[in-house]
This record gives sequence, structure tokens and C-alpha cells, in this order.
Amino acid sequence: MVSIDVWNASVDFPIFDAKSRSLKKAVLGKVGGHIGTEGRVPVIEALKDINLSLKTGDRVALVGHNGAGKSTLLRLLSGIYEPITGGSKIVGKIAPVFDLGVGMDPEISGIENIMIRGLFLGMNRKEMEKRVDDIAEFSELGDFLQMPLRAYSTGMRVRLALGIVTSIDPEILILDEGIGAVDAAFMDKARERLIDLVKRSGLLVFASHQDDLLLEMCDTAIWMDGGRMKMHGGLREVLTAYKGRDPYENLSPEMLERLGVAAGGEAR
Amino acid sequence: MTTQDAPPTNPSKSFARAWEDIRTGVRSTELWGHLGWQDIKQRYRRSVIGPLWITLGMAVTAIGLGLLYSQLLGQQISTFLPYITVGFIVWNFIVGCVIEGTETFIRNEGLIKHLPAPLTVYALRTVWRQTLMMLHNLLVYVVLVAIFFPTLSEPYRLQDGGHQHPGLSWLVLLAIPAFLLLAFNGVWVTLFFGIISTRYRDIPQVINAFIQLVFFGTPIVWTTDTLLRFSGGDPGTASWRVLIAELNPMYHYVEIIRAPLIGNEQSWHHWAVVGGFTVFGWILAVVALRNFRARIPYWV
Repeated sequence: MVSIDVWNASVDFPIFDAKSRSLKKAVLGKVGGHIGTEGRVPVIEALKDINLSLKTGDRVALVGHNGAGKSTLLRLLSGIYEPITGGSKIVGKIAPVFDLGVGMDPEISGIENIMIRGLFLGMNRKEMEKRVDDIAEFSELGDFLQMPLRAYSTGMRVRLALGIVTSIDPEILILDEGIGAVDAAFMDKARERLIDLVKRSGLLVFASHQDDLLLEMCDTAIWMDGGRMKMHGGLREVLTAYKGRDPYENLSPEMLERLGVAAGGEAR
Repeated sequence: MTTQDAPPTNPSKSFARAWEDIRTGVRSTELWGHLGWQDIKQRYRRSVIGPLWITLGMAVTAIGLGLLYSQLLGQQISTFLPYITVGFIVWNFIVGCVIEGTETFIRNEGLIKHLPAPLTVYALRTVWRQTLMMLHNLLVYVVLVAIFFPTLSEPYRLQDGGHQHPGLSWLVLLAIPAFLLLAFNGVWVTLFFGIISTRYRDIPQVINAFIQLVFFGTPIVWTTDTLLRFSGGDPGTASWRVLIAELNPMYHYVEIIRAPLIGNEQSWHHWAVVGGFTVFGWILAVVALRNFRARIPYWV
């Protein structure tokens, strides 16, 4: 049984090197959280009043414009940030993927990167050694896995990162939008594996701007705006409210068919 | 404050959570073991002799300074060279833990912000890396002992009129628990200095400014016999000079390892002082961990 519970949580970042003089007037722009100036050190109030209770089987999409607090919320849900006020409780093995490239060291080989990432995600060496072949096959990197990562092209790095992420068995899977920034051809190949991964994981929170991916993987959604949860409900209604139109409107017929099949449940 | 099952207070600041961090961190042996070893391999990647540069660097420094100072201070090379070498090896470990400890969390910013892991993992990564470097450095010691064994295994004096030392014996094994104690101290040093340095970025600079001074104040290139020399062996007038060494905690840390390794006379008061600092330091580190553990991802 995995679960994430968050009570009245707020998160604010102290910005030690910002000149508070230039921030004397509290700025409340359209982008980013509220910048507070009460204390000596300016703080960015990234999240406020977050109440959330997720449990096994939840597939949550996270939408909102840039700086709305999506990534911060994901970090809160992964346990990386502990709330400044309020509390959070996370039960389960977490695999967060914020940026496909982070945690990858350019100077060491692909294989070694696989090992380190796996160890961080709670695997042991033996388990990861078993998965190396699978990752090599999926990423089509072959002997390149012995090369240092700096010799890789951007696309190759993404392939490796996706290979690692999709080879593990997390209980809680936290995906940030970066994962959507994969080129279309490889994404088609990765899609199956990603969906399979989502099915294996007990709980998914996925931030993305790509409706088709969200529709395929999630069933509920949270709309973040200015560090607060503006709306929490069914995926379709939240997306409709957020975008101002029904997300199903401009999907291709193939996509609709695939979603229909996915909704039927059996075909895959 | 509306939800009924909300915890009454902020649960992040508790000794239980700090202890949990240490416990799970220590248990991830594969993770910090791999990371620490990776750091060593990384540093010497693409160099021909690789990590042996650590050994070679130590050999050059220790032998060079050993030859120089043995002449300056009029001491026997055969006993002074091992003395200065072991002193240097231990000192390098201590300084490594302090200096790299201050950067522990700052350097791991990417990992801390992207993957949930106990902070202790990063501290252990640093201490393990220092331990591996020390093991490389100990090769120099092994070679020197092999060369100078005849003089070291007999009773000797580091300096004319100085203490008579018993010479190498089975007591050399005491260096093992001594090192474990030192490494155990390395963990609190890394945790504590890592935490305060992440918040106050001036701390590493302050430490850098003072560490050189502490080195010269610690009996590594000189011996405590030197402090007694001017008094002509009369302990009464020499007592205040001896305080220069005795009040310096580094001296005691160095001495618990150096004395057994080169067969010097051992004194339990060094162990007592180190033990005291261990308890004191760990209390500091655990309190810092309790109060600021959850803040580190915000500060890095």
C-alpha cells in the first residue's frame, strides 16, 4: 500500500543572494510564486495551502503554466522538499524523474551512470546488472554504453535516461514535463514502455504540457496556479477548465481510437 | 488546520527523523561506496598511473619535507621520515574531511534536488573517498617501514634528549581502532560543517584561512620533544609550551594513529580527548541535522 499525504503544506525558498533592495516592492506577477519581503532574506512562496491525499492506483496529471509550482509540488511529493509549514507523509519507494539529464555524470560511462541512478532509486548492484542488457537493447546504444557520457548526442542521453527510468519498478512514479521533450520517433517507441511502467507503479503523478500523454496515462488532474491548487478533479474537466476547451477536440482519430482502446482496458 | 488527521507540529524537526536519516544513509553502503570510489576513479581518469598519483604525491611531499626538516631540526632520518609521513597521512585525512566536508552538500546540489536520499549518504561518500585516499597514502608508510624496520623496531629517540620510544610492536594494531574512531569523527565533521557551510557560504573560506595555521601548530613537521628542549628537560618550565600541543585537538587525533604506527610511546589521554570530542561533535552534528536536515535542499 503506497500513499502520499500532505496537510496544509507550504514551501518557500529563501533567496540569500538576492538584493532585498531591488525586491522592496512585493512583486506578484503572472509567472512564479509570490515574493515575500517581510524577513531579512527575500523568500519566494512557491507553494501555499497544499492539501492532498493520494493512494495506490491514483494517476494524477499536473497542469499549470510555467512557474505555477508544478515542479516544486512534485519535489514535495517526492520528499525532496519537506514542507516549511504543515506536514507530509510518504509511504512507498519513490522514483522521481525531473530532468532526464540530472544525476548523469558526463565523465563516466553509460553503464556506470545506469548503476548510480539505479542505486539512488533503491536498487542494488545485482538488480541493476540484470537490467543493463534490457536498457542497452531498448536504447539501441550497444557498445556506446562503454563510452563516457560526454561522447553522447543529446538524443542518445535521452534514450539512456528513458531506458533507465523505464527499467525500474517504482511504487511511486513522479514524472516532470522534461520527459515529454523527447523526439517524436523515439517517443513512439518509448510510449509503450512508459505506459507499461505506469501500470507497474502503484501511484503516478505526471506534470506535462502534452495532452495526449496525459490523456493516455492519467485519470485525475490537479491544476496549479500561483503556488496553489486551483482545481483538483477528473482529468477531462480540469483540462477543459485549464485550456478553455475540451482536450478531446483536436486529437487525431488514431489517438482517439487508442484512448478508446485503452479505456476499454483489455486490448493491450 | 482543518484536516483532522493533520500532525500537530512540523514533523520535519525531530530527532527521530535525524536518526532515520543517519540509519538509512549508513545502510545504503552500496550507494555511498560506489559514489566514493567513483570520485577517486573520476579524479584520475585519463591519467596513466591513475590513483597511484595520490600515493606518489604523498611520497614526494613526505620524503621531501622529511629530509629537509630532519636536517633543520637535527633529527635522525630513519625515524623522523616515518614520523613525518604518518603525520602527513593522518593530517591529510582530517583536512580532507573538514575542507571537502564543507562542500559536501554544495557539490551534490544536483543529486540532492533531484533524487530523495538521506543526507548522510553524501557525508559518507566524502568520508569514504578520504578513506580510500588514505589507503593509497598508507602505501608510502608501508614502504618506509620496510626500509627503516631495523631502527624502528628498536627503542629509539626522535630527538637527542627526547622521549625514549619503545619501537614497533604488536601495539601497531591499535592503529585500526584509532582509524575507525577517526573516520567516525569524519562523519560528524562532514555533516556538521556541511550543513552550516551550505547555509553560510563564508564558513568554507574561514576554515580555509585557518587550516594552514593549525597545520603548523600541530606536531607534524616538529615533535613535542622540541617543546621540551629549551627547558633542558625540566617539566616545570616547559609546561606552558607543552600546552601549545595539548590544547590543539588535532594533535590528539594525529597521535592516536601515529604513535602505534611508528612505535612511539602511547598515552591514553589522547584517546580520552578524542573520545570527548567524538561525543561532543556527534551531539553538535545530530542537533544540526535535526534542525536543518529538511532545509538543505532549499539552501543548496
